[in-house]
Formats: sequence, structure tokens, C-alpha cells
Amino acid sequence: MDGSASGSVQQTRRSTCPYCGVGCGVLLTPDGVGGVMVKGDPDHPANFGKLCSKGSALGETVGLGHRITAPRIGGVETSWDEALQLVADRFSQTVAEHGPDAAAFYVSGQLLTEDYYVANKLIKGFIGTANIDTNSRLCMASTVAGHKRAFGTDTVPGTYEDLDEADLVVLVGSNLAWCHPILHQRVLKAKESRGTKLVVIDPRRTASCDAADLHLALAPGSDVALFNHLLTEAAVRGVVDPAYLQNTNGFEAALQAAQADDVSVTGLTPGDLDAFVELWCGTKKVVTVFSQGVNQSTSGADKVNAILNCHLATGRIGTPGCGPLSVTGQPNAMGGREVGGLANMLACHMDLENAAHRNAVRDFWQAPQMPDAAGLKAVDMFRAVGDGRIKALWIIHTNPAVSMPDADAVRDAIEGCDFVVVSDVTGATDTARLADVLLPAAAWAEKDGSVTNTDRTISRQRAVLPAPGHARPDWDILAEVGRRMGWHDAFNYANPSEIFREHAALSGIAGGFGRDFDISGLSDLSESEYEAMEPMRWPVSGHRKGGRFFADGKFYHKDGKARLLPVAYKPPAAKQSRRYPFVLNTGRVRDQWHTMTRTALSPKLSSHLAEPYLDIHPADAEALGLKPADLVEVKSPEGTAILRARATKDVPQGQVFAPMHWTGETAPSARIDALVAAQTDPVSGQPESKAAVVSVKKYAATWYGFAVSAEMPTPESSYWARMRTVAGWRTELAGKTAVADWETAARDLFGLPRADVIAFSDLGRGTARLAFHYGGQLLAALFVASEPVAVMRDYLASRPGQPTDAILVGRTPADVPDPGPVLCSCFGVGVNTIARAIEDRGLASVDQIGTALRAGTNCGSCRPELADLLATLRAPKAAE
Amino acid sequence: MPHTGRPLMPERLVVIGAGMASGRMLEHLTEADPDAYDITLLNAEPRGAYNRILLSPVLAGEKTFGDIVNHDADWYAARGIITRFGERATAIDRAAKVVRAPGGDLAYDKLVLATGSDPFMLPLPGADLDGVISYRDIEDTTRMMAIEPGQSVVVIGGGLLGLEAAAGLAVRGADVTVVHLMGHLMERQLDAEAGGMLRASLEARGITVLCDAASDRIIGEGGRVTGLVLKEGQVLDCALLVMAVGIRPAVALAQDAGLSVGRAVIVDDQLRASDPDILAIGECVEHRGTLFGLVAPLYEQAKVAADTLLGRAAAYVQKSLSTKLKVTGCDLFSAGDFSDAPGRESLFYRDPRHGSYKRLVLDGDRLVGAVMYGDTTDGNWFFDLIASRASVAPMRETLIFGPAYASEAGALSRCSIAA
Repeated sequence: MDGSASGSVQQTRRSTCPYCGVGCGVLLTPDGVGGVMVKGDPDHPANFGKLCSKGSALGETVGLGHRITAPRIGGVETSWDEALQLVADRFSQTVAEHGPDAAAFYVSGQLLTEDYYVANKLIKGFIGTANIDTNSRLCMASTVAGHKRAFGTDTVPGTYEDLDEADLVVLVGSNLAWCHPILHQRVLKAKESRGTKLVVIDPRRTASCDAADLHLALAPGSDVALFNHLLTEAAVRGVVDPAYLQNTNGFEAALQAAQADDVSVTGLTPGDLDAFVELWCGTKKVVTVFSQGVNQSTSGADKVNAILNCHLATGRIGTPGCGPLSVTGQPNAMGGREVGGLANMLACHMDLENAAHRNAVRDFWQAPQMPDAAGLKAVDMFRAVGDGRIKALWIIHTNPAVSMPDADAVRDAIEGCDFVVVSDVTGATDTARLADVLLPAAAWAEKDGSVTNTDRTISRQRAVLPAPGHARPDWDILAEVGRRMGWHDAFNYANPSEIFREHAALSGIAGGFGRDFDISGLSDLSESEYEAMEPMRWPVSGHRKGGRFFADGKFYHKDGKARLLPVAYKPPAAKQSRRYPFVLNTGRVRDQWHTMTRTALSPKLSSHLAEPYLDIHPADAEALGLKPADLVEVKSPEGTAILRARATKDVPQGQVFAPMHWTGETAPSARIDALVAAQTDPVSGQPESKAAVVSVKKYAATWYGFAVSAEMPTPESSYWARMRTVAGWRTELAGKTAVADWETAARDLFGLPRADVIAFSDLGRGTARLAFHYGGQLLAALFVASEPVAVMRDYLASRPGQPTDAILVGRTPADVPDPGPVLCSCFGVGVNTIARAIEDRGLASVDQIGTALRAGTNCGSCRPELADLLATLRAPKAAE
Repeated sequence: MPHTGRPLMPERLVVIGAGMASGRMLEHLTEADPDAYDITLLNAEPRGAYNRILLSPVLAGEKTFGDIVNHDADWYAARGIITRFGERATAIDRAAKVVRAPGGDLAYDKLVLATGSDPFMLPLPGADLDGVISYRDIEDTTRMMAIEPGQSVVVIGGGLLGLEAAAGLAVRGADVTVVHLMGHLMERQLDAEAGGMLRASLEARGITVLCDAASDRIIGEGGRVTGLVLKEGQVLDCALLVMAVGIRPAVALAQDAGLSVGRAVIVDDQLRASDPDILAIGECVEHRGTLFGLVAPLYEQAKVAADTLLGRAAAYVQKSLSTKLKVTGCDLFSAGDFSDAPGRESLFYRDPRHGSYKRLVLDGDRLVGAVMYGDTTDGNWFFDLIASRASVAPMRETLIFGPAYASEAGALSRCSIAA
């Protein structure tokens, strides 16, 4: 496929964005010098040509600087032959000596369906254990469990079109504006065109609230109580649909449980509750969008069912503009669910515990051995790694040492495991550093295959760049290990389309069992048909193509009916106490994705929020004696983090919020999942990532630093955060131990032992400023103060490579305006620039800002923030 | 002859000394009221006022004597001032109100002493040898300009004057050695670091600099100087030896006349000596315990003295002083007090590659001292801040970078204190 890529250089190909689960189509045009120009695919049904800030900046992430290009054993480069033989031998040996369950795969929703299929086939059908789980467990598992409990299978009933056609959209635990911006824009468009109402249910005020008609800041984890209240009220107000209930079981029990629940635990005012119930009950076309805020909880599956109960009871499901819509965090979380890449699934939505299903799959695969029970889910899997039950572990395209709860323990478990294989595109992740064998995989723009997005649309991903060095696609690596383990015929694939056809054929068998996932209509695609495959929504079988599910009342439980589940509110596992008085909510920022292994490569994206932070209510901040931009030490029973405090009323008192992206590579003291307890949902095994309890106190730094440099700095202070800029890098630093000689310290930080230096010091104030240059051209500069450093960061970040001028002043010359932090990533427009334009030119709307400065006119991800800025600046001064 | 307001007859004013202070005073006086006095000017030097501080550029060949003359004979004539150049006053008879001089006594109603100062000559053995000179006037300068390229010259004194002499002589090709008693050059104006940079820059011009070097004796042959012997015994050959180790106010006349004299002629804020009809200005005066060697205060005094003579209310107020070394290519600036003391903090700016060094000394919130080497652009701004005694606390962070940033209102508010 490298051939096909290099053969197609310069020619534009249709592919799919590798970030969130929206699955936007992209047009990729290689620039012929290793880069790619990226545009939205106007013909893709997910985005119709639009892209968010992350997708728009994909071109900045395909560089090869960070890539590994040859296999490594113990950090030493070696041949594929040596590396794969070692992997095959060690896995065979482990199975022989300790049994199949001593082996495990931990994979990723970033794998393509074909990769995923081979991984699942290898471990479940041939190595013989169900110990394969995926980072989708951290993302989707509760929804999978909820779907299966209600529908009898893991089916997303609706489609994106429902967002266009709904009269009410309810976001539950979803910051759609930042995490799925293209879907959010579809909602905003519907708001404009048909006056769709928007309700946001989230403990935190997010960017999604800017356009909301109602924001319910419910108590963390109280969603079940809220939707039980909704179900109760629905019954009272007579919007329950008796006819549709004929297709379901358990309504009475569910209603009783709902009535027994106490809505006051949500902490919402009766007024707000009525407004919500009124809207929901009074609006037939309602889509309830839910995401991590629902899933990442010890009662995640129950939350999902509480929501599904309401839609089932009212029959608002499967018809245009109606239904529950789970939005996923990964490009191919759905594909992973389809192939069965989770410990409790088999393949093609067939069940591991179902003997008939099991036998059918065994025969289809000609599999020597197959487990008959679920394997270990993510959290249990890494516990088993930790206590030595799992002795051979293969981690593919994910960073559990950062992203798992109790991340420090997970990191230690991986480090202590007998044999760890990591497949990735880069060696620079917290997890890859722990690998015994590190395998160089082809990256997104170099791979052929398919992915499935949130609304069941299967899209092709197409290679436009040659893989660097010896890097290979994952299906190819996995298949060769299968062959080297002795299963030659089962893994003798020539290309992804062969795998796709096999997968499609297997889905036909699933269809035969009456399962929902049936794409057997694609099982005899020709090579060229696969190559040209248009985005299409499953199922694709002889008797059914795409569309919505469940309007017909046909479900996948034995009796063909849906189930309403009796669910009751359960508080989060971790309890606030005098020692840990705050609830820690975690989440994402607009321009970063997951652990930033890719988005952090983009200077554009890294300029939006360039430092990990903790949002805390102003009253709490005051009580803790925090000044603006103080650093805080955040402690939970599991771990500690140091973060920059931001006082904001977006979070209620007693709650704090921190983004989860930062890692040992970017900010070692900000690995948020090190604070999160490994508490999981008993049904789904999904960890509770959004309700840890923590203490917060000022981090008593004796010095603060800000650095800019052309080359990557290597900080060693107890706090640092490092981000890309167009000119190189920007770094925030702080420490408790006094530094005697700042010049030496700075030379070490920047690796500039001999560069010319310009120095300013005011030791009485603890101020030191140093600029290093070569022939007057700035290489790096460090600004140190005893208080948080007050300089024009974004201006300074642009200076490396420029003349040193008066760099040590730390400000723009009087005549040069400072753009301020980038708000619009696509066009790099700073917040000061926008604020000035609003005031000087009297701009009154987001669109006027767009006309004047182009800000917000490409991906639109920043439009909520633009609206927010307008509101603040236009507010009467007295209000400030 | 008692009178009130303007006299019927012009009074008689005698001025002794035609240096820079004297010249400037006569300008003010004659501009303000040409007929106020009948003026006679006595001057030991055979010429009128010239700009003594420009002798160094003359020595360095950047200016000619003609360039630095402020007032020639015609100028005085045009103002009806009788000049008796080359004539040294011998005594003052205050009772008779007469100045005694070789060319005849001069009666005065008002007398102005502007006798300036004499270079201090170290009392070393051999100090009277021919070729041992000071650096004070045109005669000294002419001696130095006569030096042949390649000839050795020793300059004793690493202060302003000595270094200007040394640099000028080096330009003329002389092989110059500076002998300085203290640990670093210009120790009264520079801290050790700036002094070191200055030394390096002078050495780069081929000047040899010896610090912590005490002179022992001057040796010669046939009455002509041939060298200087240091205390450690080292012998420095030289055809010319310039002593620039300081000045002594010329107060002999005043002393003999019984005027009260401390280290110099003691004057009040109107520049009046202990005899109300006698004023004194310039390097020969002591005002509130302070002596003066730089030009700025001299000009201030000249103005006040003129007003006093015209019966106008005026008072001399001392201002803090700044120094510039007039050696092309060595830009240094020094103002105020930068000695270490409790409560004092220093701001430093160093740019070795561009030979730039700045040090600002704060006492609490006030700027009290500034030393700059290399880039002295903002010198006068710092000088004014020192003089104004205003608080610099609000602009402390950018102070050392000069006025361009201090004036920028609200700049700090445009800074972010976190990413």
C-alpha cells in the first residue's frame, strides 16, 4: 500500500478524519514534499465539507520528526524479522507455560476496522483468550452495556439527520461545542433554521451552554435521578405511548423505580426541573445526545438506560428527529464494537457467552480454541498485569500509562510486566517508553482501511503518503505475528480489502442469527469497488440498507422486545470529606485530542490553551487564598498534580475541573488520571473519570518561569508544561528550590552551553531574564520572577529566530500591538485583536467579527467563545 | 556711595579669572544689563575663556584650539569689558576695595573670584623635572601634542582627565601607560565591572593600564624626565609624564584677603563670600561643604552670581551630577551614588557581545545611582530620575530598558501571567 500511496502523490483522495467519533470526511492532497493539504469533503454525510479546528490542522501533524521508522528491542533498532519472531515466540511461550489468559491485547478505537478485526481474531480465535480490551472501554463501554440491556444489541438507533430535524436537542454530559464541533454546528444550524431548542445537562458551564436555552448544572453523577424524574413526569403528563410500549418489557418496574427516586439529589431548582420536563414532554421531536459525562461513571450503564427508558416509554425513537444519540470519542470506537474488539464481545455483535454464536464464529475462522467467557476489561486487565497474572501484553495505538485511571499504578504495572509490545507511530509516549518491543506502525495518512462513526456510517480511510522507513500497517504486523505463531492460512492476508470482505461475510452469519450488524452486502466487493467505496450507513444486507432502527418496534432480545430497566440513583463512588473537599471533574479542551500525541504536534492547536489548568469557583479560590494564575497542588487518595488555577464561575462551588490531555511528554505534573480512582461501573467496567475527590492548596513555588525557544527545552523543575509554537516551543515553569545561578540553569534548560547571552537581573525582586542568541538572532529566552511571570507570552513565543531586539523587556514595543492568546486557531486570530476590533469598530455579532477578521469563519469551533467575548465586552462596565 | 535700586553711575566690577564660569557669568550679566557695571577682567592665562573640557578632543585631534574658544578678545571688547590677560592678581585689599596687580591696582565695588583650581602635583622626588606636566590648560595640551609617535608616555591617574589624556596620546601614536593607585579605573564614577570593561577597551587601543600601582619617584637625565619608578620597583620609561591626580581650588588670594576659606572659598546660596561685595564661582568655591569640578554646576553658579550682581533674588541649589568620559568609542555614563549600603538594591543588564553594561542602584523606591557602559543612550533620563527623587517602583520591572517602556500606560495589564 506504500506503493499505492506514493503512486498517488499530488492527487487528491477522499479519507476520514482520525480524531473524534463524528467521522468527518476529508480531502487529502499530498504537497509532494511529505506534507498534506487537508480540506473538508463536501460530499461526506457527516460534515458536508466542514471541519473543526483539529481536523483543519491535520496537515500540521503528518510531519515525521516524532516517528519511529524501525522496530526496536529494548530501545535498540532491529529488523522486522527479529522483532516479530520475538513477539511470536514470547506469546506462544507464555500461552504454553501459563495458558492463554496470561496473554492480553490492549488496543484502541484509533485502529481501522480491518486492523481491529485481525487483532480480535488473533487473540480470541487463536491465542485463545478474551483478554482484549480497548480504550473504548474508557469512552463507550457504558453505552454498549446500556444499549445491549435495552435493545438486546449495541445499536445506535438514530442518525445525524435527526439533529437537523429535531425540535429539541438535549446534551447530557457532552460538551458538544468543543468535543464534537461539527455536530454542534448542525444543532446551531437547526436552531437558526427551525428554532430547535437546546438544553445542556452538565455540572459545569461549558462552551456548549453559550447557545443553550436551558442549562441544568446538576450535581455530579445525579443524571439517573433526573431522567427518572422525567420518566415519572412523562407518565403523569400522559406522553407515554401505550401502543409503542407493546414492543417493550419492564415499563411498570422502571416507572416504579423512577417514582421511588428522589430528584432533589440533582440540586436543581423546581423551576429549572419544570422547564426541562415541560420542554421534553412538550416536544415530540427530541434527540438526547449523551457522551462521556454519562459513560465515565460508576453508574454509567444505568444513566444510559435511564435515558433510553424515557425514549422507549414515549416511543420517541427511530423516527426522524427522535431518539437517543450516543456520541463517541474515537474515530473507530464503533468499528471496534462491530468486530468485537472488547473483552465481553465476540464479533459482529455476536455474544461470547452464546454457544451458537461461538460455534459459528469458530467454524468460520477455523479457530483452534476459543474462550467461552468474557475476558478482563481494561481496569481489571491492568490489575492483572500488575499482579503478574498477565505476562505478555501488546498495546496498540493508545497511551494507558496516561489515560487509565490510577495512571501511576498502571504505568508501574506495565513497567513490571514480563513482556510488553507497543505498536505506535511514535516512541515519545509515556507508554511507548515502557515497551520491550516497540513496533513502528504506519500512521493515519499512510493507511488504507475503513472506520465507522457515531451514526453507523462506514467510511474509507485512504493512504496518501508513503509510510516512513520500515513502518507497516497494523493489520499487516498482526497478521504476520499470527503466521509466525503457526496459523498461516488464517492470517494470510494480502491487503485490507480481503480482511474487509471476510469481516462482511462473518457479519452475514451474525445477520443469520438476526443480529443488527449485517454488512454481508459488501462481502464480495471487488478490489476496485472497495477502493471506491462511498460512505454508507450499516446495515448493508440483502434485505436492509442503512436507515434508522426500532421505529418498527423490533428489538434483539430473544422475545424481540425492548427492555425498560428499573434504575435508581447511586452517588459517585468517591465521597467528599474534610480531607478531600472538592469533586474533580475532568474533560477536554477545544483544540487537543486525547493525550495530545498528535494534536500537540500542531502549533496552531497548541496555542488555544497552552497549559494544563484547574478551573475553580472564585469563592473557593478566595477561601484558599489563591491569586490569579497561582499554581495549585491537587491531591487525591491516588495521586497528586500541579496545575494553573483559573477562577471561574463555570464550575460550581465545591467542584473543580481539569483537562485530561497533558502527559509526561507535555506536563508531567498534570497527569490528571493519576488522581482518578480505578472505580468502575459494575455492568460496563467503565471507570469513573469525572467524580474523583481531591484537596486543593496553593503550590508554594519560590520562583516562576516562562521560556520560549527554537528547540525543544528539557525542563527538570517540579512544575513545567511544554507546548509547540510556530517558532518552536513555549514552556511554563515553576519550582520550590531556589536557583543560585540562572544563567547556568537556563543553558541546561535550552541545551545552549556556549550561545551568547543577554541578561537582566533584579535579585532584590527575584527577577532574572536571559536571552540566548547567535549573531543577534534569538535562540531562546527565559523569564523568571518570584510571582507568576507577567510578560506578553504570545508575542514572545513568536520571537525565536528573530532579532533579539529588546526581548528581555518581555513586551511588544509600544507601537506593536500584542495579539494575545489565539482564539481562532484556523486563522490564528488573538483574543486582544478581536477585543480591540469589537471596541474600536463596534462589532456587534459573531458574523461581523468574521467579516472583519475572518475569525470563526472556517471551522466555527471558536464561535461560542467569540459570542462569549462579545457578551463580556458589551456588558455594562458596572457588571465587571 | 550708598544707593538704592539702579545706581546713577555704573559700579565697578572686577573679575579675577577668565575660565568657563567667568565667561558664562559675563554673558548673563552683559546680556541682562550691559550698563550695570564697568567691568575689568584679569586672567593669569594669556587668553580669554575657552571650553576647557574640550581640550581632550583637541588632544585627540578631533578639534582645534580655535574650535573651543568661547570668548576671544573681540567678544570682551564688544561688551566694553577691559581685559588684562596674562596678568595674575597679587592681593586683595578689602578695606580699600582694591585688587592689586602687576599692571596696576584696580578699585572695585564688586569683586568676583573665578580663580578656578590648580592641578594637584604629587610631591614625588623628581616632580620638578622637565617633561613632568599636568593636564589643565592649552599649554599642557600643546606639550602633549608635540609627542612623537612611538615615544613613551606615563599618565599617573586613572580618573576622567588622566584617561582622556591617555586616549588622546594613544591616538597620536604614543606608547602610553596609565598608572592608577586604586583597584579599578574611575573608581569614583564606575563600579568594578564597568571599570573592567573600560580598561579592556583602553587596552584594546594599545594603552597599558596598571591598577593598584603606587608611584615612588620620578627619574631623569639632564633635568629631563626619563621614567617613573613604582613602589614595587618597576621602572616605566617615558619621555613625558602627565599627572592627572586631581585638582586643588586656587584660594591663596582669598585666604590672604582673610575671606573665610574651608577646602575652598566658602559662599552662600547667592555665591557671596564672607565679604558681601565679593562673590566667588566655579572650582574655587565651597558651597555647603561641596567642591565643584564639573561644568554643569559652574554654569548654574554663573547664572546665580550674575543675578546677585544685578540685585535680583536668586539662589544656587546643588543638583546631583553625571559624568561622561570624552573618549571616542568608550561610551560610559555615571550618575549619583552606587556605593553599597543597607536598603540598596541593584538592577543589572549585561550584553557582553555588544559590550554593554548597565547598573541601576535603588534606595527603597528611589533611583540613586546609574552606571552605564557601552550604550549610554538613556543616561540623561536616568539622571533626571535620580535628580527628581521620584519613586520608580511602578516601573521597576522595565526601568533599565529606558523611557520607551516606562511611559507605556497599562502595558502590564496587556501581559498575561499564565498561558
